[in-house]
Amino acid sequence: MPDSATLEAVNIDQDEGNFSYPEDYAHDAGYGLTEKTIDYISDIKGEAEWIREFRKRALKVFNDKPMPTHWASKDLENIVFENIRYYLSKGQRPTRSWDEVPDDVKATFERLGIPEKERKFLAGVEAQFDSEAAYSNVKEELTKEGVIFVNSTEGLREHPEVFRPWFGKVIPTGDNKFSALNSAVFSGGSFIYVPPGVKVKHPLQAYFRINAENFGQFERTLIIVDEGAEVTYMEGCTAPKFETATLHSAVVELVAMKDAKIQYITVQNWSNNVFNLVTKRGLAHENAEIRWIDCNIGSRLTMKYPGVIMKGRKARGEVISIALANDGQHQDTGAKMIHAADETTSNIVAKSISVGSGRSTYRGQVHIPKHLKGCKNNTECDALLINASSRTDTYPAITVRGNQHATQHEASVSQVSEEQIFYMKQRGLSEGEAMSLSVNGFVNDLVREFPMEYSVELKRLIDMEMEGSVG
Amino acid sequence: MSQSLRIENLHASVDGHEILKGLTLEVPKGQVHAIMGPNGSGKSTLSKVIAGHEDYTVTEGSVFLDDINLLDLEIDERSRAGFFLAFQYPHEIPGVSNANFIRAARQARLPKGQEIDAVAFYREMYAKMDELGMDRKFTARSVNEGFSGGEKKRNEILQMMMLEPKYAILDETDSGLDIDALKIVAQGVNAMRSPERGFLVITHYQRLLDYIVPDVVHVLHDGRIIHTGGKELAYELEEKGYDWIINEPVAA
Ligand SMILES: Nc1ncnc2c1ncn2[C@@H]1O[C@H](COP(=O)(O)OP(=O)(O)O)[C@@H](O)[C@H]1O
Ligand SMILES: [Mg+2]
Repeated sequence: MPDSATLEAVNIDQDEGNFSYPEDYAHDAGYGLTEKTIDYISDIKGEAEWIREFRKRALKVFNDKPMPTHWASKDLENIVFENIRYYLSKGQRPTRSWDEVPDDVKATFERLGIPEKERKFLAGVEAQFDSEAAYSNVKEELTKEGVIFVNSTEGLREHPEVFRPWFGKVIPTGDNKFSALNSAVFSGGSFIYVPPGVKVKHPLQAYFRINAENFGQFERTLIIVDEGAEVTYMEGCTAPKFETATLHSAVVELVAMKDAKIQYITVQNWSNNVFNLVTKRGLAHENAEIRWIDCNIGSRLTMKYPGVIMKGRKARGEVISIALANDGQHQDTGAKMIHAADETTSNIVAKSISVGSGRSTYRGQVHIPKHLKGCKNNTECDALLINASSRTDTYPAITVRGNQHATQHEASVSQVSEEQIFYMKQRGLSEGEAMSLSVNGFVNDLVREFPMEYSVELKRLIDMEMEGSVG
Repeated sequence: MSQSLRIENLHASVDGHEILKGLTLEVPKGQVHAIMGPNGSGKSTLSKVIAGHEDYTVTEGSVFLDDINLLDLEIDERSRAGFFLAFQYPHEIPGVSNANFIRAARQARLPKGQEIDAVAFYREMYAKMDELGMDRKFTARSVNEGFSGGEKKRNEILQMMMLEPKYAILDETDSGLDIDALKIVAQGVNAMRSPERGFLVITHYQRLLDYIVPDVVHVLHDGRIIHTGGKELAYELEEKGYDWIINEPVAA
């Protein structure tokens, strides 16, 4: 247990994630980003020279690339890169036992219910606090089967033969300004390898926690699932609400070899001061399947378009996306489906809810080139507007060349009808309860795609968001 | 104060157009009253005004549920005070299962912090669905979505049975029901008849009143009750239509 002084220092708020502990960091790269910052990070991690070089090249790309404000939100201009700290850690090595995790960090994750979830239904957990993992453990039997579940530093140092060939290959450094930023200063994240034929029954989970103000979290995840193997990975995240902007910019690369299956589930609940600018992409080989199940409830601005490159015949890609934008939030989300082999199939189902002055944007890109045969895409995107000031925009870009493909696209914008609310209120529900239930109903078919434990949490989060939205 | 649903000199309009023009009616606890009347006479308007629908403005009159002035309350407060409306056209609620909806309505009646006993809730709901001849699959289906007309009406009665109101208005619950369904629904309503509860049954057809036998029958025309009688009035109306009443001078 943390001592009482520590407990008192916690700012308690009704929002589950809105508390923080006083800072005491052994390693702090300071404000701003230069080559020195990179040397600092590389030195602490004791990294191989090629990684240091990789980072420095990325820094150049980052500096050279303009902000994508010609198509994206001008709010990006409010990020002051000089006012951000790029690396903070207590100097801890991830432990395999919660007892060895520093008290305040342990208390944080306990309040978020992580150890309990681990006991109940997870095959492995990694808990990252600011720049580094504080806890990392995977069930013994998985280790015996050859499953690797470590952070990025350890992955590249201990298993370069596994991870280096794919590192930065699915998402090249220069993919966009923020993938370049991540490539320069990445720390933490999960590196996972599942050997051929191993089907990991229970999910592996990572939990990302930002504790410090004026800080950027740049985790890097690479998941390689070998032939015929399967894994479900879940990530959750929270941060306390600070006055100043916080930056979270991750790069997540997935590689599904022949016949492999990867399911990647996200429940994003950053506080409303976090810029969440994330690049996620998977590469699916022959007959492999990659599913992104993505739920964005928190953050100030999220820009995230999970993608799948279907490189092998009969590969399948799917994005299931729920976004909830409340006052002061902009959820700019979507999907990218790149068909690069015959008979590949992709499915996108995106639902967004805009509440108050919240804004949601859907951007979808589906690419099927002319020389391919028998590709399929289904895209559905539905937006629900709660208040008159709520806003939604849809930018689908479907380029299908050739006539041997089947594509289908549906989009809708709707409001909860007043007659529906009247009906529900006649049964005794308050306006807020009626609205919550209606919104949960709108996303219900997608929420069902999340594991039970998460769907309950999602419902609760949606209820909380809807509470103040009416009357 | 008397134990009744009491509507006094009720005037209500929509978009400045008066639809209820001084309607007076009292349903004492323990009784079933029927309202009959031609299309467009204001029957559904009456039920929605009592429920508190915001399209309608009450310009005069009062509605009391026992000693509670309903017109002072919000829509949901009226419901929790014991008023139930079985809608003529029940709305669909996409994605919300019937069971969750009814459970939420029950939960809304509990004091804060008290949780519904889920096992007991389902047991009770299944028993009531059996009474109404409703298949179990209706618990998981979205409220009224894709239901046939008759299924929607049964679902209204199920909700009424689960919420146990003090007073209920049934707005043309019989329309869209075949004779077997009608009997089942009437059985459900009859099982709920009690000295502690009052019903106002709106219908076009005397047929329903063969199965839910009313204590009193009212005729509504042009926003007013123009005639009141016993259950035999329904047969008379069925036989002779409304014109003979409409054309008779309104008793003061
Ligand atoms: N929301 C509304 N807007 C405009 N007119 C309405 C509205 N509701 C009812 N009316 C009008 O009021 C009259 C009574 O309608 P209603 O109460 O539905 O009759 P009934 O149920 O007896 O058939 C009709 O002329 C109808 O067109
Ligand atoms: Mg009517």
